[in-house]
Amino acid sequence: MISILQVVNHTLSQKLNYSTTNQIMKKKILIGGLITLSLAGVIYAADHIDAPAVTGSGNTSTGADITDIYAFQSPSDNSKMVFVMNVQGLMSPASSATASFPSNTLYEINIDNTGDNVEDLVIQALVQNGKIRVYGPVAPAATGMSSTVRTNGSLTEASVTAYSGSSSPVIGSNANGIKVFAGPRDDPFFFDLTRFKEIVGGMQTSFRNPGVDTFAGTNVMSIVIEVPKSMLGSATTINIWGETKTK
Amino acid sequence: MKKTIFYTLTVISIAAFSISCNKKDDKKDDFDTSGTFMQRDQMGRPGIATVFIGASRKDEFNNTIPSAMSTAFKTDIVNKLTGFGYNTNLLGLTKDQFAGVLATDVLNAKTSGTTTFYDGTNVLTGRKLDDDVIDVELTLIFGGANGVSNPGLTADHVNANDKPFTNAFPYLANPW
Repeated sequence: MISILQVVNHTLSQKLNYSTTNQIMKKKILIGGLITLSLAGVIYAADHIDAPAVTGSGNTSTGADITDIYAFQSPSDNSKMVFVMNVQGLMSPASSATASFPSNTLYEINIDNTGDNVEDLVIQALVQNGKIRVYGPVAPAATGMSSTVRTNGSLTEASVTAYSGSSSPVIGSNANGIKVFAGPRDDPFFFDLTRFKEIVGGMQTSFRNPGVDTFAGTNVMSIVIEVPKSMLGSATTINIWGETKTK
Repeated sequence: MKKTIFYTLTVISIAAFSISCNKKDDKKDDFDTSGTFMQRDQMGRPGIATVFIGASRKDEFNNTIPSAMSTAFKTDIVNKLTGFGYNTNLLGLTKDQFAGVLATDVLNAKTSGTTTFYDGTNVLTGRKLDDDVIDVELTLIFGGANGVSNPGLTADHVNANDKPFTNAFPYLANPW
């Protein structure tokens, strides 16, 4: 990563030496800012491959690497909220066929409903032996960076949808009206990341039109949980974040 | 003979006892929910950590609880906005205000009404699958007061996902 940054900065300084007009200078100051402040010259948007300690070397996305979090009112039922946590980004169809959720990972949606950015509720998911178990929404035993599983929380279970059966997603549900899905999905994220990297690298000064979606044709491992809003407390505004934790 | 009967009965009793013990075990015991899990990765809003947190502090960021993020990272974000030439944006936020919004990396959502990242009217009330969060963030960072500055940088011209979403759970499209 350090060597990439050195190459990018070297390339940029060479290009700057050839500038002549004010307009180009303004753009370069702007883009110079982008390059100087970018991450080793390579930025992956959303959160794809965004945790060096998680992904390690070689850009391998592990089961604990979150790509995206979504929170939205259910399109099929206004009384429910949908939470999505996607992991293991940029999977090809071939790697999707053998991908799995590691069993040592806790997938956790954190919900603050008092406005202090501390979790009041958690939704915790574990995957073992081809099954996903989701506990919650439930108050956590303790807040912060370590978690124990709240088995007293509402339990919803589903079989993980296999890649080979992914045209018929398996849906788990429970008496509380919670629905759960786990398995490979088309990555819902879309962005011309390739062009963005070229801008950051000084090879381009603007996005192209039309853009090309770098994430087209790629998959993620996805956990989708739909819960009644009544289980989220009575606050009209909530704050959400996703965490992966391992043991 | 009596010993044989005795041992046979003993074995049967032990077997029956074992079986009855197993009957008390239900499916839940197959699932291991023990232990303490330690944080690895964390995410709130799309792209924020990626764009604003430097490589040397990314692991630290992933191990900072949201309520402590502003104290730890707001200055970094202010500095990055300065580097981007930021003065204000469509929401009328000063650099300090915008950094304050971004520094606590949580996704805001409303429990009633439209949930969206930004649709021109609703601001940070959730994140739907089809929200073009990239254009929203690029515009809020580079677009200036009216959102039309730096037109080459405020939209990536990828406006939709490669597959359509559905209105039936689980809403995300089947994989490639």
